[in-house]
Amino acid sequence: MEPAASPGNLSGVRHILLVLSGKGGVGKSTLCAQLALALRHEGKKVGVLDVDLCGPSVPRMLGAQGSAVHQCDSGWVPVYMDQEQSVALMSVGFLLEKPDEALVWRGPKKNALIQQFVSDVAWGELDFLVVDTPPGTSDEHLSVVEALRSHQPLGALLVTTPQAVAVGDVRRELTFCRKTGLRVVGVVENMSGFACPHCSECTNVFSTGGGEELARHAGVPFLGSVPLDPQLARSLEEGGDFMRDFPGSPAYPALAAIARKILDAAQAPGPG
Amino acid sequence: MEEVPQECPGTGSAQAGRGASCQGCPNQRLCASGAGAAPDPAIEEIKEKMKTVKHKILVLSGKGGVGKSTLSAHLAHGLAEDENTQVALLDIDICGPSVPKIMGLEGEQVHQSGSGWSPVYVEDNLGVMSVGFLLSSPDDAVIWRGPRKNGMIKQFLRDVDWGEVDYLIVDTPPGTSDEHLSVVQYLSAANIDGVVIVTTPQEVSLQDVRKEINFCHKVKLPLIGVVENMSSFVCPRCKKESQIFPPTTGGAEAMCQDLQIPLLGRVPLDPQIGVRAFCHRHPSHEEEQRSTS
Repeated sequence: MEPAASPGNLSGVRHILLVLSGKGGVGKSTLCAQLALALRHEGKKVGVLDVDLCGPSVPRMLGAQGSAVHQCDSGWVPVYMDQEQSVALMSVGFLLEKPDEALVWRGPKKNALIQQFVSDVAWGELDFLVVDTPPGTSDEHLSVVEALRSHQPLGALLVTTPQAVAVGDVRRELTFCRKTGLRVVGVVENMSGFACPHCSECTNVFSTGGGEELARHAGVPFLGSVPLDPQLARSLEEGGDFMRDFPGSPAYPALAAIARKILDAAQAPGPG
Repeated sequence: MEEVPQECPGTGSAQAGRGASCQGCPNQRLCASGAGAAPDPAIEEIKEKMKTVKHKILVLSGKGGVGKSTLSAHLAHGLAEDENTQVALLDIDICGPSVPKIMGLEGEQVHQSGSGWSPVYVEDNLGVMSVGFLLSSPDDAVIWRGPRKNGMIKQFLRDVDWGEVDYLIVDTPPGTSDEHLSVVQYLSAANIDGVVIVTTPQEVSLQDVRKEINFCHKVKLPLIGVVENMSSFVCPRCKKESQIFPPTTGGAEAMCQDLQIPLLGRVPLDPQIGVRAFCHRHPSHEEEQRSTS
């Protein structure tokens, strides 16, 4: 597929937020999906760009598995979650012929596709574009930051889990942000404790406190702790709308609060 | 290679540099000399180095955060419980090296000798190598593109003085990209015994793990089996079990049945692992060790 590049495909996008972590499996894609849903419920038009080429999770999490991507004059048409086109998605997951097919690409080929994803998707008018990334500080991250630089992203949301092994990697991601000049909007600590559904005892399954301490050490805002929530996990599996359907579930208050803080950051005058 | 002509026969082809379409190509002389088709000499050097390593096992997952490094560390410790078994743990996660922290070796540095880099020994019979030992601060980030990461992996395989080793366990980052292709390429003459795949129960993990299994088939890596981590959680107070990551599509068991791959075991979520990574051994690890021996 070689769609014609259009100069202004991001010109209608007001705020770009990258979701990063040095660590895998902490909930970047989960946060992206829930943020998109929460912002949509606040009346915003949202896009989600998934640049995790080896492990694209966004299509399943937002119930768009199996959708196909079409072309238009300005490039690729994103996949819309709904009739109202309030949430638009782009992921390599939509381009694979078979879902189990592995994308076994080295850096240069991945970089080329990421460039295309940034410049050749006809996003139209969006309030927010949320960019989901794979773990690490390598090709995908360098390429997406470079490609988005001229569009002045709002910044990066860093996701960690509480334990030292995760925090250790996220410290490096903070260094990456500093070195590439990417503003850090804040740190979110995910999988922050589990309340037993039988007896309500809260257990710190992945230890505790790491995210807040990391934010303090790095001098960046701590946006909140999201607890482990099997209902959220189930929603992600099924591509459901957790933010609409489960306002009483343990993870909901923290996720809603984080979305509000992102909205505040977007409205505040600043370098972003 | 720059400005390759339209009908380039391919740099590895017998016609490289010799075909009609090669006339005028700036790389013609190079191809005609056979240099374009030559494999990396490091592959043979690594083959020689690996002659003292009896078994090589890769720990893979398509998905991040499922417990590859934790499992690699447990496996290495478990195998090294027999003091007559020499074990090596190599961490090729260049951007997110977790192994030093999990093994309690943070802050250790690598030393060089005449015979190469010395691994860091956590026990007399358990040596570890990771890019983590080459960083001087916990905030140091390795912001490298693919080719530089590949070079590091080549060095780890060629220049580390492992000595006589019964088991080399290789911990990997998530994905199917540079690091994975490189470790398979550089060990291509040295024979990888097999792969242990790690997953968690939910479909969001399994969908990535199936891609990794697909990758293993593509590069002809034998699969030892799959470990399902974070299978369930037992409340320390009421002792009732919960499934934090629900196996909505049947978990690893269903996937293994479907793909005809052994399920080596299931490991529960244990809060102690987050605190002290290798103070526990689980029965499923013993099972894997029997399978891998």
